[in-house]
Amino acid sequence: MTELLEPRAMGRDLVRRDGVRKVRGTATYAFETPVESPAFCHPLQATVARGRITAVDTTAAEALDGVLAVVTHENAERLASTDDAELAVLQSPEVAFRGQPIGVVVAETSELARQAADLVRVTYDEQPHDSVLSADRGDLYAPEKVNPGYDTDTVQGDVDAELAASAVRVEQTYATAMVHNNPLEPHASTALWDAADGGKLTLWDSTQGVHPDRKAVCSLFGLDLERVQVVCPYVGGGFGSKGTPHANVVLVAMAARALPGRAVKLALTRQQMFTMAGYRTPTIQRMQLGADRDGRIRALALDVVEQTSRIKEFAEQTGVPARMMYTAAARRTTHRLAALDVPVPSWFRAPGECPGMFGPEVAMDELAHALGMDPVELRIRNEPDRDPETGQPWSSRHLVECLREGAERFGWAGRDPRPGVRREDGWLVGTGMASSVYPTMRQAQSTATVRFEDGRYVVEIGAADLGTGAWTVLPQIAADALDADVDDVEVRIGDTRYPIASVAGGSSGTNTWGSAIVEAARQFRGKFGRRPEDGDEAQGSVDQAATDDEHATYAFGAQFVEARVHADTGEVRVPRLLGVFACGRIVNPRTARSQFIGGMTMGLSMALHENSAWDARIGQVANHDLAEYHVTVNADVGDVQAHWIDEHDPYVNAMGIKGIGEIGIVGTAAAVVNAVFHATGVRVRHLPVTLDKILPGLP
Amino acid sequence: MPGTDRAMDADIRLRVDGELHELTVDTRTTLLDLLRERLGNTSPKKGCDHGQCGACTVLLDGERALLCLALAVSHDGAEITTADGLAPEGELHPVQQAFLDHDAFQCGYCTPGQVCSAVGVLSEVDRGWPSHATRDLTAAPELSTDEVSERMSGNLCRCAAYAHITPAVQQAGGAR
Repeated sequence: MTELLEPRAMGRDLVRRDGVRKVRGTATYAFETPVESPAFCHPLQATVARGRITAVDTTAAEALDGVLAVVTHENAERLASTDDAELAVLQSPEVAFRGQPIGVVVAETSELARQAADLVRVTYDEQPHDSVLSADRGDLYAPEKVNPGYDTDTVQGDVDAELAASAVRVEQTYATAMVHNNPLEPHASTALWDAADGGKLTLWDSTQGVHPDRKAVCSLFGLDLERVQVVCPYVGGGFGSKGTPHANVVLVAMAARALPGRAVKLALTRQQMFTMAGYRTPTIQRMQLGADRDGRIRALALDVVEQTSRIKEFAEQTGVPARMMYTAAARRTTHRLAALDVPVPSWFRAPGECPGMFGPEVAMDELAHALGMDPVELRIRNEPDRDPETGQPWSSRHLVECLREGAERFGWAGRDPRPGVRREDGWLVGTGMASSVYPTMRQAQSTATVRFEDGRYVVEIGAADLGTGAWTVLPQIAADALDADVDDVEVRIGDTRYPIASVAGGSSGTNTWGSAIVEAARQFRGKFGRRPEDGDEAQGSVDQAATDDEHATYAFGAQFVEARVHADTGEVRVPRLLGVFACGRIVNPRTARSQFIGGMTMGLSMALHENSAWDARIGQVANHDLAEYHVTVNADVGDVQAHWIDEHDPYVNAMGIKGIGEIGIVGTAAAVVNAVFHATGVRVRHLPVTLDKILPGLP
Repeated sequence: MPGTDRAMDADIRLRVDGELHELTVDTRTTLLDLLRERLGNTSPKKGCDHGQCGACTVLLDGERALLCLALAVSHDGAEITTADGLAPEGELHPVQQAFLDHDAFQCGYCTPGQVCSAVGVLSEVDRGWPSHATRDLTAAPELSTDEVSERMSGNLCRCAAYAHITPAVQQAGGAR
């Protein structure tokens, strides 16, 4: 149990500190770093889905005036570590997926780099490829662990027996689509290799963590940490895809090292982001639910099939939330993977929870319908008083409060449960809901420095702001930890010059960095008291001893949706999204609201639009740009509301916060599907909900 | 420019955020790359390079336009205003102030394009231009939620601040 900081600056509705720079466009993103006479890179990509490069002809490219280097596997430097096959680029002639980087051209201008890339001739020994995911494949395998280290399979009790004894059963298969993160700022970098004194690499990179990025680059190139500096004050969105470095970072560093003293710039094109920057695997979710007539769940089983790349395993933990969400007398979760000739999947906002709260939350709606029970009530009836997986008590769990307050605010009471019976001006109208959950995580390592400088407190930590608000909320935490006015606190982030900080991922950033700042402030006050002198400085780190292992720590939420489906065309509109969340204390309601509604709207996008259409004939995403890969646009959203309950959790950390970056996208898609069912009577179990899936079943 | 084929070059004049530039450009160069890679003006952003995302929206000769779809050589004599040129340093355009007031962004990458697009929208509405959402084509369009959402839909926001962008544009429209 932690003594919670008294919130004075925390909880205030402060405007973003980086706001003026962002509305003017003067915030400098990685590619935009001003450097003297930069050169420009363009990646070369494999044009076969599997095979071996037999020849590379760079003559015509190198003959162009202004081309500075053409780096391929034939002349690229040998990396010190090739353990990560995604990052071990240009190390061999093997091709593992279409679009894999096979070289990089560097030229005086971006136009020339692109022209030269077109002139490189590559010959392949092409081999048959295999890129179709199916639950029927004979080569599905159980990974050792699922991301980031959860058990692959779990069993509690006798699922088959409980299922057989259940009065009502739902046995269905659900599927989520392959989706790409697509931050608006592409994966981009500026890099400079200064060869003097053994060499130093300065990398301005769009990353969710300068320190983890630096560590990866140092390992790849065999460089000591002090020989690499990573700088990233602003990130134009990441949603997980900038949480770990991808091949573009290796290419730009190779290009910089090939041209010592010359800064080089590389930005992936939007099309290249569909092969090199990670994505969420499609998932196939076989769900079994069995319950008594009173709605109590006896059996809950989720068997997940998904894909990974043949060269590198990433096992999305889709079955994990089903392990703790509701009570069940017996329970089973499994994960099986197909290793295919496809790009490498990776983190995408709420890996595990986002897809893993789709199938089960739609199944809960189907169960409620089969029981003739209100879906809110069904969830309340299966509320566990302890974590069903570990038996631990909850640090705090206010799902029921979220459900009740959400129902109240949305106007759920008196809802006619019959599907397909409400018609307004040619539109079928329905409502649906689902629960949300996200674990509260703290990373192991982060350190902050507090220094008194010119009458102000300066806090330094190598953290990242992806638009999440770190520039603004970390000063609020520091102010309360120092018992100082927030205007007297300056926080510096986004540079490996500052102390080590964990990745902005797993909704753990503010929790982890804030914990380090609180400890640094405690050290500072302990050493220098209330009247410090100029230059006084203290450091503090995340205190692992303070980590609570006795409790299950999660944030919860409930989302409510109104859907309208055109009775003739099947067009789906969602005029209302309403979420209520229990996420501990909210540090800044302004930036928090933006995170919640942003997550919910991305969930709407997943529900209705997002689908990387896989062309299995050639092994690539057919719709690899923003005209064909649809994301929610302004006219797709209506009234989007995020609310939260005043939750005090003394077990999570000194701030009493839980992390809010991901929970908003969890459950939304299920709530949309459930609302579409209520509107039309058509149950769409495969995302996205497009009108072709609705039309045949319209009343 | 070192390393470029002179046969591909052309001379143009451009005014960007009030400053006149006389330039020799590669005829393949877009206005977006010209601003970002040669003039050091990175207020317009590159999100897709195909006119699909709106991040490079500016005011080109007074109208909102996508710089990634404009070849520099075909805009000799043009006047460009980026988000950074909408107000003098230390001040903000009412649209920019409204975006701050409503927290109408997170990562900020689409924001300069959203801001310029909104300035264009307000001007188009002032001039009575209808949109797909306009019910009565004979009446002056109003800044309803539907009108603003429709007109701002060429500007993608992956952080999905749309529910804040629309009221920000309406506030700025009312503040004129």
